[in-house]
Amino acid sequence: MQSKPWRSVFRTALPIKTNLDRSLVMFNSLALHIQPVKVRERAIRFSYTFYLGMISFFLFMVLVVTGILLMLYYQPAIPNAYENMKDLQYVVSSGIFLRNLHRWAAHLMVISVFLHMLRVFFAGAYRPPREFNWVIGVLLLLLTLLLSYTGYLLPYDQLAYWAVTVGSNIVKYVPIIGKNIRFVLLGGNTIGEYTLVRFYVLHCVVLPLFITSLIALHFWRIRKDGGLY
Amino acid sequence: MANDKIIVEENTRPDQVPKRIAIFPERISARFETEKPPEKLVMSFPHLIIREVICLQLVVIVVALIALFFNAPLEELANPQHTPNPAKAPWYFLGLQELLHAFPPLVAGVLIPFLVVVALVVIPYFKINIKREGLWLNAPNQTFIVFTISVWAVIILTLFMDTFSVAIPSILLYGLAVMPYFNKKENRFLLWLGRRSLSEWIMIWFVTVATVLTLIGTFFRGQSWSWVWPWQ
Ligand code: HEM
Repeated sequence: MQSKPWRSVFRTALPIKTNLDRSLVMFNSLALHIQPVKVRERAIRFSYTFYLGMISFFLFMVLVVTGILLMLYYQPAIPNAYENMKDLQYVVSSGIFLRNLHRWAAHLMVISVFLHMLRVFFAGAYRPPREFNWVIGVLLLLLTLLLSYTGYLLPYDQLAYWAVTVGSNIVKYVPIIGKNIRFVLLGGNTIGEYTLVRFYVLHCVVLPLFITSLIALHFWRIRKDGGLY
Repeated sequence: MANDKIIVEENTRPDQVPKRIAIFPERISARFETEKPPEKLVMSFPHLIIREVICLQLVVIVVALIALFFNAPLEELANPQHTPNPAKAPWYFLGLQELLHAFPPLVAGVLIPFLVVVALVVIPYFKINIKREGLWLNAPNQTFIVFTISVWAVIILTLFMDTFSVAIPSILLYGLAVMPYFNKKENRFLLWLGRRSLSEWIMIWFVTVATVLTLIGTFFRGQSWSWVWPWQ
């Protein structure tokens, strides 16, 4: 493990023996170095956070991976979108499993993000200097809901169509600009081809970019605010 | 940091810019936490990393198991001519949809969600949420009067609107909240209740009502949003 090619890829030499080596594992890795080299023992206990933030993040990772795979089989058009769902079920190998993974992970993420918020609240972990990270968290909750909601339309079955109809009808009641917002969102006065494309772009590009950036900011702020409360 | 007097040497030559800058705040601003006593530390690798890896594996296993046994729903192709009865929003919005049947749409669909988001955002910026003292700690008699009047104003309003799904949990929670005021016994439950602050009671109330409304919307609503039992 001390060979030149190994050392050219991984900056830390093996074996890992001392605490200095252990620090370097964290320090030398792009993926890990966002976390501190040492943590308070109390902060990593399960009973302290129930790992709910972590679980939300891993569910998001599952959603990204399965979402990209689903995109390979999906066309945001009528009736193709619906037929794609049928193909996933009957033609694509393990297609239904892929779709199930994405669907259930999405529901679980809504729950885990909400529970994470409750845990943070009851721990009082929004106290200064963590106020702004709480605000970022609220935005993350809203983005999670929006992602779930925009994804709900994509199978374009009866369930999707009417659920999104119910939701988008509420937007109408926003004073003055409600009707305009709804028009922009749906790409018309009723749900149709353009709605599907708009929700598709929001669901697969715009909202994931936003939420990824905000999660990065969220994690960075946890460290800058001095680790867990 | 606005009040801190900071002494920094200015130098525009990059090769002479100091590597370390020491900042001496004139006074510690209250914004920052008072120093905590040192706590036991552990190395992130392996102690934190192993937990993350196991957590990731469990998440994947649990989602995979659910996905193996339960299929995502798929109905017929969307048909704008054929409205199902009832048409339901995704489950996380069913609490709101439930409210829509009790309050005018501007209130239930726009005002309430907006206020909830605003209320969540401003939590960390209010002293009362930072201090979080037990509700009955200071001036219990005054607290009792103000608390009772405000809570019952809400309850009576919801009764007036026939929203028992909000009123009943509210009455129960009101009962729990005032219990330590009347009953001074020192058992663990009462002590726990007594330590809850106003902010916590509001959050408990919000979560309870939201859960009740969501469950009702999901399992107890049928044709034309009429009440049905899940087994019917
Ligand atoms: C996509 C959604 C989210 C992800 C992936 C996420 C992730 C995390 C993670 C991994 C932590 C470390 C501690 C833990 O695991 O509990 C954390 C902490 C924190 N989160 Fe989130 N979070 C999300 C949403 C939220 C929401 C909705 C809120 C609140 C409204 C929030 C507020 C906070 C705060 C204040 C902390 C610091 C807690 C402390 O210092 O103890 N987060 N988050």
